[in-house]
Amino acid sequence: MVDLIMKDILGTPAILVGLFALIGLLVQRKNSGDVVSGTLKTVMGFVILNAGANVLVQSLAQFSSMFDEAFAVEGVIPNNEAIVALAQESFGTETAMIMLFGMIVNILLARFSPFKYIFLTGHHTMFMACLIAVILTTGGFSGASVIVLGSIILGALMVLSPAMLQPFTRKVTGSDDFAVGHFGSIGYFVSAVVGKSVGKGSKSTEEIKVPKSLGFLRDTSVSVSLTMVILFFVVAGFAGPSFVESELSGGQNFLVFAFMQGLTFAAGVYIILAGVRMLLGEIVPAFKGIADKIVPNAKPALDAPAIFPFAGNAVIIGFLCSFAAGLVSMLFLPLLGLSVIVPGLVPHFFTGAAAGVFGNATGGRRGAVFGSMANGVMISFLPALLLPVLGSLGFQGTTFGDADFGVVGIVLGNFIRLIESNLFVSIAILGVLALLFILGAKTKANVNKKDINAA
Amino acid sequence: MKKVLVVCGNGLGSSMIVEMNVKAALKDMGKDAEVSHTDLTTAKTEQADLFLGSEDIVESLEDGNKNVVKLKNLMDKNELREALENNL
Repeated sequence: MVDLIMKDILGTPAILVGLFALIGLLVQRKNSGDVVSGTLKTVMGFVILNAGANVLVQSLAQFSSMFDEAFAVEGVIPNNEAIVALAQESFGTETAMIMLFGMIVNILLARFSPFKYIFLTGHHTMFMACLIAVILTTGGFSGASVIVLGSIILGALMVLSPAMLQPFTRKVTGSDDFAVGHFGSIGYFVSAVVGKSVGKGSKSTEEIKVPKSLGFLRDTSVSVSLTMVILFFVVAGFAGPSFVESELSGGQNFLVFAFMQGLTFAAGVYIILAGVRMLLGEIVPAFKGIADKIVPNAKPALDAPAIFPFAGNAVIIGFLCSFAAGLVSMLFLPLLGLSVIVPGLVPHFFTGAAAGVFGNATGGRRGAVFGSMANGVMISFLPALLLPVLGSLGFQGTTFGDADFGVVGIVLGNFIRLIESNLFVSIAILGVLALLFILGAKTKANVNKKDINAA
Repeated sequence: MKKVLVVCGNGLGSSMIVEMNVKAALKDMGKDAEVSHTDLTTAKTEQADLFLGSEDIVESLEDGNKNVVKLKNLMDKNELREALENNL
């Protein structure tokens, strides 16, 4: 009986997240129909996510073989959805547990610290939980310590990340209504700082005409399909038709094969996204409902696109400059002995666009250009440096894309590598987090003083 | 039962938040409707009485038959309420 509960029920991540949804629905006193459908949909979302991972991984394997044949180095496509879906097989339970308790830590910190942020970007919560689970487990932590330490780290990041950006977010939105809750924030922070330093007297991006024709790239499925087909064409061309047709495609024309594999990858991402959407459909609203009851004057921290409408041109400029920086970085990576990070349209679109908006807010056009370029360099080098600490998961041909995943993973991974005992690692991590809180609170107090003096 | 569909690029983050706001606004107004969120690709093949999303995203949904409302500021509750009052 104990075995059934511990191993079969709690050890099956899909059922575990279903239980979280069930608890959330019951706490909100939903009617029985909603409880049943919400719980089942959450479990099904997890199953769909795994199915998408299976589709995607086939195409990823073909890409890796071709890339290796063509350039004799490892080529990696950063894609959060892909790596998280792949990781669920080994780290599903830890991811789900860290996610749930991380949300609870987030609510507690918002209640008792000066940072009143509730991090509502559920998929990023899940991705960060997964990253932390992988790094801690790979580093030799196990059992309850992974979940306790992991959820403290996650919960702390869920308030620190929006807090760090808030002075700049206020500049973007002109209000204090909401914060940005997105784990690309370190990239946006750097972009805003770069913008500040280069943008003296530069006019806003919103005073120029930017062609609307790039709007179709906002559709994730379209942009993933397009990027992957182009990538597969290029790599298949370099690998040569004879290699592709004899080794991989079973005689199918190499370009037709490349086209279909590119779209298979995109289809995998589409399926994973549909699964994630279903999985979070009940959990995030429950989280928000509970947080609003417990934390007076809670501030929602929202997904990056929430700031896009405030500077439509900066979105396009940011994406283009970030992507260009990613292409240039790709050439430098192998010179430094790192894996080649293939710039993806999606990470560059979302994070480049947000970096552009922040850069524009602090430094106008020049700020948007140079700030988003800095972001583009960061999301090329960080994923490459992250690979070694991901352990066996780092050999799948994909990795985490956005800046915070890279920074958190590299810092955590190296802490564990350098410090022998797990106890001291935990103390060091908690110490760093406490320091960040104290620094943050001090800065916040200073900013508030300035505001009062200025008024 | 009227159906409202909120759309964003990924169908994950911002559309889910707006969905919550739509539900809250409808409750305030004493109206009842089925509300859900999705990504742009899926939205093109869906049926709904009202499609909501930020201006740059939902522009491409307008095909002459769909009732699409472009929001200037996704987080502006008054703008949202106005859109709902005029369309449901």
